Amino acid sequence: MASLLNHPVSRDQAKVMNRFDITKRLVDLLHQDEAVIGGIGYTNFDLWAASSGPNGRRQQNFYMLGSMGLAVPIALGVALAQPVRKVFALEGDGSILMQLGSLSTVAARAQKNLCVVIMDNGAYQITGGQMTMTGQGADVVGIARASGLAQSAWAADEEAFAELIRLALKEDGPWLIGCRIDAGKPVDTTERDPSRIRDNFMRGLGVKG
Amino acid sequence: MPEQSWHEIVRNVLKRHNVSLVTYVPDNVLRPLIDGVHADPFFTAFACTREEEALGINAGAWMGGTRGILLMQTSGFATLPNVLASLSVPFQIPTLMMVSERGTLGEFNIGQSLVARTMRPVLDALAIEHHTMTRLDEAQFIVDRSITQAVATRAPVCFILSPLLTGGKVFAK
Repeated sequence: MASLLNHPVSRDQAKVMNRFDITKRLVDLLHQDEAVIGGIGYTNFDLWAASSGPNGRRQQNFYMLGSMGLAVPIALGVALAQPVRKVFALEGDGSILMQLGSLSTVAARAQKNLCVVIMDNGAYQITGGQMTMTGQGADVVGIARASGLAQSAWAADEEAFAELIRLALKEDGPWLIGCRIDAGKPVDTTERDPSRIRDNFMRGLGVKG
Repeated sequence: MPEQSWHEIVRNVLKRHNVSLVTYVPDNVLRPLIDGVHADPFFTAFACTREEEALGINAGAWMGGTRGILLMQTSGFATLPNVLASLSVPFQIPTLMMVSERGTLGEFNIGQSLVARTMRPVLDALAIEHHTMTRLDEAQFIVDRSITQAVATRAPVCFILSPLLTGGKVFAK
């Protein structure tokens, strides 16, 4: 197991970063074939925005359009089906609080090729910024550790975030990386065309359903 | 040769259709099927903390090329309308569901009998194919044909296991 001793275990010790900026950093660190599952809300929109490049949009992304809380389960399913591929789940704090049991399921499966990234701004941003429980004392990384995900840490800053992503790409998981983010507006809005999203994603994974 | 039980029939049809992932929230009536898939190395089977979670796992697995089925009881199905309507149906994911039917034919828990009445209206409202399985001699045909249809039409299907087939759960005094 990789050592995370140089990374903070408490939310208070993490720098507040920009959602689009760290999503872009994540996408830039990917080697191209990793699968990324975007939860709902601004996490999803910024994944869409950060995945657009000169050669088109990266195909191995799945964008939920509802089903709040299911980014981690969907990512776990992809990881089970394709154990050689690294799979990332991008989820907001409000969303993961709805499906905390999924963290213990990931831990119980000891899913090596899975990394969960939590974007935590302590608010339900898209509905008007109402406070979530992470802004009132709940610590998602602490919950993850207590759920059995030993390789869980807060990203202290952008550099530490990149280091954790590199670690997750290289070494066995499951991983959980907590990111404190700001309340910035997303850069773009995901196109809401579910059958196209699904078809693109499956083709990106080399599957035709 | 002795007649096969419903759960042996289901297990064999799942294998024939390469449905290798079985996620579930446990139920007493489903126990022989759950035990059977755990005992068979063909299957990856595990319990999930919620039915929604299990549905998400199966959806991801299907997009990654692995077929799965979700086993649950009636009250568990009642937690699913949002994810069926926002994930399985619009994304055209052939979510396979098997529900052991509570709330009818001798139910002793009023909560179960009330929640059971929401199941078929929800399935009908979402135009999801569903079959109530009551007879052993029809079990194979229903499951076999419906999995073929679900995959071919990229649509969910729900198998409702009636107490007429399984014996159901009986009132323990």
